[in-house]
Amino acid sequence: MTQTHLTEAQLALAQQFISALPHSRALGMQIEQIGKGVAVISMPYDLALVGDPATGVIHGGAVSALMDTCGGAAVLCHAEAPLATATISLRIDYMRPATPGQRITARAECHHMTRSVAFIRAVACDDDTSRPVATATGSFTAERGAGG
Amino acid sequence: MNRPRPEAVQLVKQRRDAALAALIAGVPYIGFLGISFDRRGDELTAVLRFDQKLIGNPALPALHGGATAAFLEVTAIIELSWAQVWEPLESGAFDPLGKDAPGLPKTIDFSVDYLRPGLPRDAYARARVNRSGRRYASVHVEAWQDNRARLFAQATGHFLMPAPGAAVADNG
Repeated sequence: MTQTHLTEAQLALAQQFISALPHSRALGMQIEQIGKGVAVISMPYDLALVGDPATGVIHGGAVSALMDTCGGAAVLCHAEAPLATATISLRIDYMRPATPGQRITARAECHHMTRSVAFIRAVACDDDTSRPVATATGSFTAERGAGG
Repeated sequence: MNRPRPEAVQLVKQRRDAALAALIAGVPYIGFLGISFDRRGDELTAVLRFDQKLIGNPALPALHGGATAAFLEVTAIIELSWAQVWEPLESGAFDPLGKDAPGLPKTIDFSVDYLRPGLPRDAYARARVNRSGRRYASVHVEAWQDNRARLFAQATGHFLMPAPGAAVADNG
């Protein structure tokens, strides 16, 4: 695959970037891997994020936030390195409820980039990686600065 | 014509507000995001109170796309549950606070359009149930900040409806 293993320092820098996003920090997101248009970000289980008290399952909205962050990170680490990005659209399909108590890990890939638009797909899993919790597709802006 | 005397306004309001509060109180994530609901009759407006933790881009600053998506999804789910609860609530068929309360709808898919950056201030949203069948429902949600006509995001989602509780089933 296109993933690269970053040095500790590079990973720390990427984590610092995600931690600078207040909403991602509030959800406890952590970068697992990043590079060449692929980002892997995880989010811990937290009772505050429960969407259905009857089951203890995390709210879909929190999974959306993880997918969105992961998609944006995949765009920013693409080889063409846009300066900034913003979500244009994001569609999420929920396959099954995430198992309460387990961490959710999303892997997003920026699979195509035009001059101004980047396209991503993403998969989110809990401990059982053979059965995804959710998948997503999205389009993001690719901001290239003056003359870009 | 022998119309029954209308109920006292306080009783009606109290019943509806209690049902709505019960619907929302059980969901920790709604509290985490800081979402509340304004009610006018059966019409709900969701309010996302601005908080620093909702920011995604500190440079602009702008709301996080994930926070916006979550706000829209919460609005859709509560509107759908509320629409389901409304009739039995008004007819007295079941107590929405009791154990007969239906479960929450489950999201099948959710598709968000980001129309402009979310500004660092309160946001509002209203959902419209376009189709609600026995098992599946389709809901559209619109969100705005300063001007109702200038949406900053909209979404469409499909939901799996909870199996009806005993009281609802009795009601047809």
